[in-house]
Amino acid sequence: MSLATILMLPLVAFLAALAIPRSAPHTSRWWALLASLLNFVASLALLARFDRTSAAEQLTIDLPWIASPEIHFAISVNGVSLWLIILSTFLTPLCVLISWNSIQNRAKEFYAFLLLLEFGLIGVFLAQDLFLFYVFWEVSLVPMYFLVGIWGHEHRIYAAVKFFLYTMAGSVLMLVAIIYLYNRAQTFAYAGILQQLSSGQLTFSPGEQLLLFLAFFVAFAIKVPLFPLHTWLPDAHVEAPTAGSIMLASVMLKMGTYGILHFCLPLFPGAARQCAPWIGVLAIIGIIYGALVAMVQPNMKKLVAYSSVSHLGFVVLGIFSFSQQGLDGAVYQMLNHGISTGALFAIVGLLYERSHSLEIADYGGVATVAPWLSTAFLITTLASIGLPLLNNFVGEFLVLQGTAMTNYTWTIYASIGVILSACYMLWMYQRVFYGEASASIRSHIGEMVPREWAAVLPLLIMMIWMGVYSQSFLPPVSKVNARIVDQTRVNVPFRVELRLPEVLRGH
Amino acid sequence: MATSADILRFLPEILLTIAGTLLMVLDPVVRRKSSNIFGHLSLLALIAAIAGAVAAYSQPGPAFGGMLIVDGFATFFRILSIGVGILTILPSYRFLQRQGAETGEYHALLLFSIAGQCIMAAANDLIIVFIGLEISSISSYVLAGYFRDDKRANESAIKYFLLGSFATAFFLYGVALTYGATGSVNLSAIRDKISGATAPDPIIIAVAAALMFVGLGFKVSAAPFQLWAPDVYQGAPTPVTAFMSAGPKAAAFAVFLRIFGSAFVTVDGDWWPLIWVSALLSMTIGNFAALLQSNVKRLLAYSSIAHAGYVLVALTAHSDTGTAAAMFYLAAYALMNIGAFAVVGHLSGKGEQYQTVDDFAGLAQKQPLTAAMLSIFLLSMIGVPLTGGFFGKFYIFKAALESHMVWLAVLGLLNSAVAAYYYLRILVMMYMHEPSDAVSQVEPLSVGLRAALILPALGTLVLGIIPGWVLDFAGRSANFSR
Repeated sequence: MSLATILMLPLVAFLAALAIPRSAPHTSRWWALLASLLNFVASLALLARFDRTSAAEQLTIDLPWIASPEIHFAISVNGVSLWLIILSTFLTPLCVLISWNSIQNRAKEFYAFLLLLEFGLIGVFLAQDLFLFYVFWEVSLVPMYFLVGIWGHEHRIYAAVKFFLYTMAGSVLMLVAIIYLYNRAQTFAYAGILQQLSSGQLTFSPGEQLLLFLAFFVAFAIKVPLFPLHTWLPDAHVEAPTAGSIMLASVMLKMGTYGILHFCLPLFPGAARQCAPWIGVLAIIGIIYGALVAMVQPNMKKLVAYSSVSHLGFVVLGIFSFSQQGLDGAVYQMLNHGISTGALFAIVGLLYERSHSLEIADYGGVATVAPWLSTAFLITTLASIGLPLLNNFVGEFLVLQGTAMTNYTWTIYASIGVILSACYMLWMYQRVFYGEASASIRSHIGEMVPREWAAVLPLLIMMIWMGVYSQSFLPPVSKVNARIVDQTRVNVPFRVELRLPEVLRGH
Repeated sequence: MATSADILRFLPEILLTIAGTLLMVLDPVVRRKSSNIFGHLSLLALIAAIAGAVAAYSQPGPAFGGMLIVDGFATFFRILSIGVGILTILPSYRFLQRQGAETGEYHALLLFSIAGQCIMAAANDLIIVFIGLEISSISSYVLAGYFRDDKRANESAIKYFLLGSFATAFFLYGVALTYGATGSVNLSAIRDKISGATAPDPIIIAVAAALMFVGLGFKVSAAPFQLWAPDVYQGAPTPVTAFMSAGPKAAAFAVFLRIFGSAFVTVDGDWWPLIWVSALLSMTIGNFAALLQSNVKRLLAYSSIAHAGYVLVALTAHSDTGTAAAMFYLAAYALMNIGAFAVVGHLSGKGEQYQTVDDFAGLAQKQPLTAAMLSIFLLSMIGVPLTGGFFGKFYIFKAALESHMVWLAVLGLLNSAVAAYYYLRILVMMYMHEPSDAVSQVEPLSVGLRAALILPALGTLVLGIIPGWVLDFAGRSANFSR
């Protein structure tokens, strides 16, 4: 399977989904399921062709798109983006299954947008031309905006608009930086720019580098989201329909961390190192603040949303430790968070479907009426708080180990977050699943049906697999990270001079 | 004596004028019932005019002793203006029928106005520019007040007329000063004179350029000369608003580009800061005022002020890339704007009673195609990739950065993030609310309207996905000053 197939299949499926008449919602569902499953299989076939021992960009496709300015349709995959693509293709069919009954209104458009979203997400992880990357970055915004705004909960419109504007405001600055890079390097090709940087053909003054780094970083940090740019996230996650929350938390947030790792670090290593102490502090604030706020949430979805702020803080912290372990842990944590938070949102969604409430106070004693559902949720909870032998443990351990190598204080503060995550997750579990089941819980909550199992079980299997045998996943990641760590040693040391930087003086 | 080459190079204008006159004559002859004939005839004339413009370009060069010049630049804007005309006629069929106002004069005025714009596009002489401007404007004044029993249309026409004449006077004053200082009205001759050994006092030239800038600034509704636009756009019949916001504006920008890019190119330092400020003001005033609007026509009026600001950013770059970017953006802008207005006209119902943002509620459920097309136009105006609007903005800000205007680019792009909010309001209404009164009464799409939506939507996507053709052409035509 070539990369183009995997990228274009969701787009073709989206166009075909538009052609299905509105009166046949079931056809839309089946079509979305089939197409997304097919794409998942196609992405697994990538594994066979992928060379796990190489850190290089692989399976490159490079076609000219626009002649002047020269823009290429250049896509390729490396050991990090490989897993993120598989994560996207893995979660999309599960999202289709989760939404099977809960989306009745305008089902055709829902599944069409879900497929378009998959196209955008895969594109972001594949693009190797900065312009193409920006295109996918923005394109993925549109379907998510509609998913939240049309099929979300009560305050969906506010959440959707806030989400769109936040991301848009960040990304226009990135566009300025991309154009600026082009004007200096005369190419949008990412590999070409890196090559010019490493050969010394292209150099930035410290001031230039800092501003360019910030322009990219702010766009990514909004998406991550890094404290204090996270305020869109609780709204969007809570108001989105279940499938939207899953895709948003599990894959879309990773666009930000992937961007930092893939673009910010190799392009602007000096500025990245210069800013690392500040960013590390923000990440730690995010870890602890997210956890504390999660603890007092009366709403399950909001709790999970704030836990994402906390978990993603770990990822950013790992990246800015500039150590092999830190980066490995960050990437592994990106995948883990995708799996476990996806499962949390999925099961919370199942509960909501049954009793139409997200308030923790409305629940209690669910374990007595739905023991299997409760067990699934328990495994997910334990995975999320980082119990050994489950996936998050590996990632968090690596991140803490990596940060310990560069900054021990960071490790101490970050590990507080691990403890806090156990507090809020277990406390929620206790309030929702244990205790006496009320009459309404007894009458509404039932066991999971096979379709729901089909959506949740793969996630549980992945949690255990990734926790027990991380060697299936980590080696190609480590290869790429070793290269990135190496690239961040170029162009260092670095100091911003206190005069007005070149870029600002302009003309 | 006019040679055959002169005639060929003037062909689109000749065709349009003949067709316009013919329509005037036919008006009393044709019975009202079969009034589609006016639309059909105008469409035919416009298509013939496009063929004429292409034929004229087969023999590029000056005509009538250098008063006109047929080059890629002129052809680009001729075809753009005529295309805008076609996209205005298509939704007008049903619109005029609904308002019970089908006459030949509507179409005739439209054709005359387009003829004026074609002259502006090809003018290489300040007097010819002025004549084209007047033909285009006077027809537009009458069109704005086409519904003569409607109070708002009258207000619109009067405002447009008074302020428009005022602006023309400014422009004419600039022409007079230039003529006085250089002894010529021919653009190339002016440039040679200004840069030559016996150059006139640069102050006079700067004042003349500033006066022309004021006049043209009015025409393109650039801040601080934008005040007329919201009232005029709101009051005029919707297809006419669509037309005014695309055709005359593009032609005025063409004149702008040609005068400032050829005649005054050697004194660019004097007028450059003026345009810089105007660009920034237009973007900011347009976008922030649009945030507060509830009437969609007014909202789009402010948005068109902001878009004029983006084009001015391209002019500020004063480079060939900037000119090409402006040309590309004007084409993308014309498509998306005229498409959006077509939807507004479609929805507004008899007497244009439904024009508020709230009236768009639930359009996606009732007419998914209409809503999808409008979404494409709005996303293009926001500047989402894979649309013409995005590429246009991209080229403009690329040109600006090449000319080292980092701050203007940053402020401009942040502006476009602000703008996203009010365009999203319409999207929110269409997709995320239950159908309104307006939507429950909306008629099915007529054939003309369907074409008027699908063609610009396709155009917007083509400009966004394969912009190469248009951009190459714009890039090759942009160096008229060298």
